[in-house]
Amino acid sequence: MRMTEMTAVELSAAIRAGQVTAVEAVEEMLAGIEERDALYNCYVTVDREGALAQAQAVQAQIEAGELTGPLAGVPVAVKDNLCTKGLRTTCASRMLENFVPTYTAEAVVNLRKAGAVILGKTNMDEFAMGSTTETSAYGVTRNPWNREHVPGGSSGGSAAAVAAGECICALGSDTGGSIRQPAAYCGMVGMKPTYGTVSRYGLIAYGSSLDQIGPLTKDVRDCAAVLEAIASHDVKDSTSLQRQDTDFMAALTEDVQGMRIGIPNDYLGEGLDEDVRAAVLKAAEELAGRGAVVERFDLSLVEYAIPAYYTIAAAEASSNLERFDGIKYGHRTTDDAGLHSMYRKSRSEGFGEEVKRRIMLGSFVLSSGYYDAYYLKALRVKALIKKAFDEAFAKYDVILGPVAPTTAPRLGESLADPLKMYLGDIYTIAVNLAGLPAISLPCGKDRKGLPIGLQLIGDCFQEKKLIRAAYTYEKNRGPFGTAGDAEHGTAADERTQADAGSFRASGEGQISQCGMLRHGGKSGKPESEQSTEGTDRTGGIPS
Amino acid sequence: MSKQYETVIGLEVHVELATKTKIFCGCSTAFGAAPNTQTCPVCTGMPGSLPVLNRQVLEYAIAVGLATNCDITRYAKFDRKNYFYPDNPQNYQISQLYLPICRNGGVEIETKEGGRKTVGIHEIHMEEDAGKLLHDAWEDCSLVDYNRSGVPLIEIVSEPDMRSAEEVIAYLEKLRLLIQYLGASDCKLQEGSMRADVNLSVREAGAEQFGTRTEMKNLNSFKAISRAIAGETERQIDLIESGEKVVQETRRWDDVKGESYVMRSKEDAQDYRYFPDPDLVPVVVSDEMLQKIRAAQPEFRNEKMRRYREEFGLPDYDIEIITESRHMADLFEAATAICGQPKKVSNWLMGETLRLMKEKETDAQDLCFSPEHLAKLIRLTDEKVITGAVAKEVFEVMFTENIDPEQYAEEKGLKTVNDEGALQKTVAEVIAANPQSVEDYRNGKEKAIGFLVGQTMKAMKGKADPAAVNRILKEACRK
Repeated sequence: MRMTEMTAVELSAAIRAGQVTAVEAVEEMLAGIEERDALYNCYVTVDREGALAQAQAVQAQIEAGELTGPLAGVPVAVKDNLCTKGLRTTCASRMLENFVPTYTAEAVVNLRKAGAVILGKTNMDEFAMGSTTETSAYGVTRNPWNREHVPGGSSGGSAAAVAAGECICALGSDTGGSIRQPAAYCGMVGMKPTYGTVSRYGLIAYGSSLDQIGPLTKDVRDCAAVLEAIASHDVKDSTSLQRQDTDFMAALTEDVQGMRIGIPNDYLGEGLDEDVRAAVLKAAEELAGRGAVVERFDLSLVEYAIPAYYTIAAAEASSNLERFDGIKYGHRTTDDAGLHSMYRKSRSEGFGEEVKRRIMLGSFVLSSGYYDAYYLKALRVKALIKKAFDEAFAKYDVILGPVAPTTAPRLGESLADPLKMYLGDIYTIAVNLAGLPAISLPCGKDRKGLPIGLQLIGDCFQEKKLIRAAYTYEKNRGPFGTAGDAEHGTAADERTQADAGSFRASGEGQISQCGMLRHGGKSGKPESEQSTEGTDRTGGIPS
Repeated sequence: MSKQYETVIGLEVHVELATKTKIFCGCSTAFGAAPNTQTCPVCTGMPGSLPVLNRQVLEYAIAVGLATNCDITRYAKFDRKNYFYPDNPQNYQISQLYLPICRNGGVEIETKEGGRKTVGIHEIHMEEDAGKLLHDAWEDCSLVDYNRSGVPLIEIVSEPDMRSAEEVIAYLEKLRLLIQYLGASDCKLQEGSMRADVNLSVREAGAEQFGTRTEMKNLNSFKAISRAIAGETERQIDLIESGEKVVQETRRWDDVKGESYVMRSKEDAQDYRYFPDPDLVPVVVSDEMLQKIRAAQPEFRNEKMRRYREEFGLPDYDIEIITESRHMADLFEAATAICGQPKKVSNWLMGETLRLMKEKETDAQDLCFSPEHLAKLIRLTDEKVITGAVAKEVFEVMFTENIDPEQYAEEKGLKTVNDEGALQKTVAEVIAANPQSVEDYRNGKEKAIGFLVGQTMKAMKGKADPAAVNRILKEACRK
């Protein structure tokens, strides 16, 4: 088997058995990135030298018997909103184009302690705001299953990198579905743990009360292995939890006998694509066939999750992003006539359209006179949603549903209609509001051959139940196939869609720009040409 | 002025807490370090950094709340106050608005007329200090020092219960003493570890409604506060008398010019968009924690004064001065415990210590000599190892350098000369050099002996026992 097709657990075992070295694994990955990243644009920054040096050190530790875990020697990618000491961390924003942190995010520290080698930083929606990885200032990332489609977002670069074989597994962050949804769109496994399970120290905050870091992997076993490695109590993060039950790999058993699984009727309603619906219900049947007790129920309040989420996340983001002011680090305008003009211009130039939209929305809902009507009300809705889940988990071990209403949209389709894009988060967002763990794993393909994601939601601290159910389903399902198998179908699908005239004029513009990107290519480091292109696309510099 | 006016004053007092580290990170709070050497990702607002509350800050805030009779909020939260300024690295300050740690307290002060009144405390909240902006006129640029960023503060917000500058000073003195006794802060106005903003309005005597208030900032001493209150009262009365309106605004006091000017009016008031900080968990104060802090409250000034009267029988004047600073009271008690002579210890504090404090502009809390050394100095004098004059000389060195008086007297050869032969020799020389004085004494002029003693002491460089000199001189003159 080629190394790029191996799971983390398989590759690490091969390295520890001396069949390959950690350095060879990294070299293979770097070659893959060299070969394919021009097609997908998964990475913002590739740390070639750093990765090779890490691999050498890890190899020595493995040989000395100091590293024996399931991630030893495994090349991984890290979303570009996780700080890495000495390695540029941009949040896919022009604002942080030159920002090199002096510290490493705790989750990345933990991953490195487990022997993983960091290849580089993956593309994302700017400051994790978006569901398509199209708001990046460093160009869009393309879905390895079909390059005319988005990989999802905001952790689209991480999901696509795993799917494209440009890393073995990756870290993402999930504020409203940003791990689970790209995992679904790219046919990967993604997990958002219980809030507080993984330290947020070093994660550049979007919505602090909702953000969690989690794994994007090829299978459930890798997911458990990565989560086990990154989960830790961290005194540097006040919201970090002390958990004793983080031996997640122990839950990798095929056993759902008697497990009570509930499917919310609210998750199967209007707007859900037929192919997705069928695949999800089929997955439920398969679990029932393995002994689970599956039934439908009314979760309620689902329609309030999106407004509550966009109120809370935007409010927190508007404050979290105030520190990007051109004073201490990051982008500063060259045209600075006085302090306030400098603030205004630096931020106008540094932030993209979607980020500005959410900063304005957040500033509005926190402003005097509106705080009670919007922000406080959203917090009350959040509490009610948590209560609705509490009631559901009194009856069920696991809640099952789709990850997203559709499979991956075509490039350009979503940004043309932000409200529609926000509605696409309907099944994932409530999980963040309630602080719950949830896993996304592939459960089929639609008629276009694009992956469909199954979501399993657990009560707080019940990751092990999710892993058990997901593992059982995955074993029952059998191999899902890789994006590489589907690549041939891409062109045909593209023609069919284009001929059918199924995208709008605004979408067309996007497509042509992406066409430019294809020619522009990409070699590890983002080129100024690309970043200019990115900012133009996102609206960039208002006069 | 035909009408009678009443001044109504409320204070917002910021106190810098005496913790070793900052409120949300482990950086040192020490004053005076080179710019930006006491900083980290947290207190410089680097992306991805997170705040973690320093427990000592909470304990100090609760202790101050208990000492000022506040209700302690058992479920408190931190909120973000959002505003852009370069000294504020995150562009929001972590403070408390909705659920401050202490509420509904008050302290008793003495009024000018000798009565007592309670000044209510609306709330006390915890927050972080900002960095410092330095404007370099020469280079035409501004620089930021984040060493102070994240230094813990409490803000004590009073009710509008004060009616004069005297009451304001009495209230501030009361707070200062309580907080110093708690060890929660050194409360120095000049150095900015205690800052007071004055909210002031005037109204016709007997009126029920408050007038429109202004807020006065930049008050760095009690004197400045008194002058600013007088100035602002007069300004507001003048406005009302001339038919104009007082405008709600923030003013900055210029103590050199003795006048204030507008900083910002209510119209430009910013919307701080306060909301609970999602990076910090709610502060839950347990019964156990409250009990522990309550049990650790020190003996405050009033109790101490009562005890000093009963236990040491000191005059009220001495007690007043000694207990004005917790440090001096501690010095007094420790030195007395060693030497067992409260009055002598008190005399050193009331006399030489106060004199040198004034001369060297030293704050009582910065006195550096140890009680052991003071007790030893008293013993050396008692045992006539050194003379009173030498003791004063030694004390002056002790005051600045905390030297061991015995070792110092030894090294500098300051011990009293008890060598009878040496004394006889010097006396003989003095008698020989001052025949007129000797003659005067012999003729019954008692005063002349004083001059001769002085001359002898001078020749002995103060190291002789004056009683012995007196005796030997008299004997010699009679010969």
